Amino acid sequence: MKKIEAFIRHEAFEPIRTELLDRGFPSLSIGEVKGSGRQKGVVESYRGSTLTVNVRPKLKLEVVVEDKDKGLVVETILRHARTGEIGDGKIFVLPVEEAIRIRTGEEGETVLQAHEEEEVPA
Amino acid sequence: MSRKVLWAVALAVGALLVAPTAAFAQDPTLDETISSLNTLWVVIAGVLVMFMQAGFAFLEIGFSRMKNAGAGIAKILVNFSIASIAYWAVGFALAFGGAGAIAGDHGFFLNVSGDPAQAASQIPLLDVASISPAALLFFQFVFCAVSLAIVWGTTLERIKFVAYVIYAIVFSALIYPVISHWIFGGGWLQANLGMQDFAGSTVVHLIGATGALAALLLLGARRGKYGSDGKARPIPGHSMPLVGLGVLILWLGWFGFNPGSTLGALGNRFAEVALVTNLAAAAGVIAAVSTMYLMRKTIDIGMAGNGAIAGLVAITAPSGYVEFWAAPIIGAVAGVVVVLGVLAIERYLDDPVGALSAHGLAGIVGTLCCGIFTSPRLAELNGVGDPGLWYSGSFHQLGVQALGIAVAFATVFVVSYAVFGAMKYTIGLRVTPDEEDAGLDISEHGMYGYPEQFIPQPEYPGAASGPLPVGQPAIGAAAATMTADAK
Repeated sequence: MKKIEAFIRHEAFEPIRTELLDRGFPSLSIGEVKGSGRQKGVVESYRGSTLTVNVRPKLKLEVVVEDKDKGLVVETILRHARTGEIGDGKIFVLPVEEAIRIRTGEEGETVLQAHEEEEVPA
Repeated sequence: MSRKVLWAVALAVGALLVAPTAAFAQDPTLDETISSLNTLWVVIAGVLVMFMQAGFAFLEIGFSRMKNAGAGIAKILVNFSIASIAYWAVGFALAFGGAGAIAGDHGFFLNVSGDPAQAASQIPLLDVASISPAALLFFQFVFCAVSLAIVWGTTLERIKFVAYVIYAIVFSALIYPVISHWIFGGGWLQANLGMQDFAGSTVVHLIGATGALAALLLLGARRGKYGSDGKARPIPGHSMPLVGLGVLILWLGWFGFNPGSTLGALGNRFAEVALVTNLAAAAGVIAAVSTMYLMRKTIDIGMAGNGAIAGLVAITAPSGYVEFWAAPIIGAVAGVVVVLGVLAIERYLDDPVGALSAHGLAGIVGTLCCGIFTSPRLAELNGVGDPGLWYSGSFHQLGVQALGIAVAFATVFVVSYAVFGAMKYTIGLRVTPDEEDAGLDISEHGMYGYPEQFIPQPEYPGAASGPLPVGQPAIGAAAATMTADAK
């Protein structure tokens, strides 16, 4: 099992989510994060004085998949998140030791993706 | 207290006692007293209408996202200020400086320090309304400012700031004054056809919404409003409490807007107009909330606000022409129309605050309602037009109202489209996609409306400071001192 962590631009998320869903990967998490990198921060001018904010808002996307699906997910993220400009972000792939579904107590790769059961409406 | 000071006080009091007798060597005549009373009411009403700027600011900011919250404040302040100067310099003369069919020609850079009779000879409306020229100019100007504020409702979150500046000048010096001359100032729609519009359902609200439509058609929708399948997606505003505050301030301001349009306190008509106004607003809320509940089974907060505005806009034209019983009917019709309008327009046009429906459609409803509900008593009292369909059985007045709407809409739309179009193809009307994503606060104004939303606490100056200079107490020590003081 692999966990894919991607730091992306906000606007890249929706196309990535849609395509992952189509390909059978409905389960993912995001978080609004702020960070610094080669893309410089934001300079604010507050009543005539400047204030440099050294971090920028980014989106952190987390998906856990079976080893064989890693390439597919990475490729999807790359395709939608790349603009070619500095600030597109990075992808990290981490090993995952265990996975447990809380509701049933199931363990292993069966809990990861491709839900066979009916979806529960919101 | 020293003796010198006592003397000074005694002299000052003495001077105050003597001064009024000196100023009014002759007692004011009845006419002068009436004029002062009327002027007092019109200025108070004008102040209430000016406060509607705060209503528009909060309504629009509440319906925007947090990244665009500050931009609305800069816009309202700059717009109102530009219009203040332009209307005094040029607009008022075109609107009220003479009884020409198309526009007035007296009173540019109005200066009436001299004889009131001379001022009245230049401004025909002052023959009818016994108020000071300054009161008339101020009152008419705040109407112009309301109309201008309406224009920007459709353009939130994506328009360039420079567009406000340019359009504000054209609107307050030319567009609004000419239309208001036609319908308020003795121009051809009012004098020759008898179009009834007491406080401006058409003059103020419909033409504001018309400018808004022209701007919107050239601007296009906000990014993300329409999905790749073409379906509209809501972009929720960030603060329903601010929307509510804005609506209530507007509602309050309307008690200056309609009752002030009596241009006088004598005869107590203004009190009746105030009641009529409130009845229509209330009916607008109830009708809009009910309609939304029947259609979607939710009690929609934003639609309750739109309902109030629609009721108020619709009663604006008939407020001086209809009896009490007609007001709730007019408000309720507008409340239903605004909901259906917002839901229909939403599919094709991105109007974040619902200005096209609440000001445009409701303005049309209100203006047409004059042609239906105007009572014979009040048509005669105002001396404009005929009783409506309900009383006279004649479609004449309704036809006049419809013609007036069509003329005002067409004129304003053509001119506004030309102005915004010229801007679009020269300096540009819309910010870049990157700027739009970042928000107008940081991209257009260089600062955030809600800084803590975008700047993490550790990034604040002082929060992550290094070692303190020698001699200053550490933060913990300062906190300890404060606790000690509190004891």
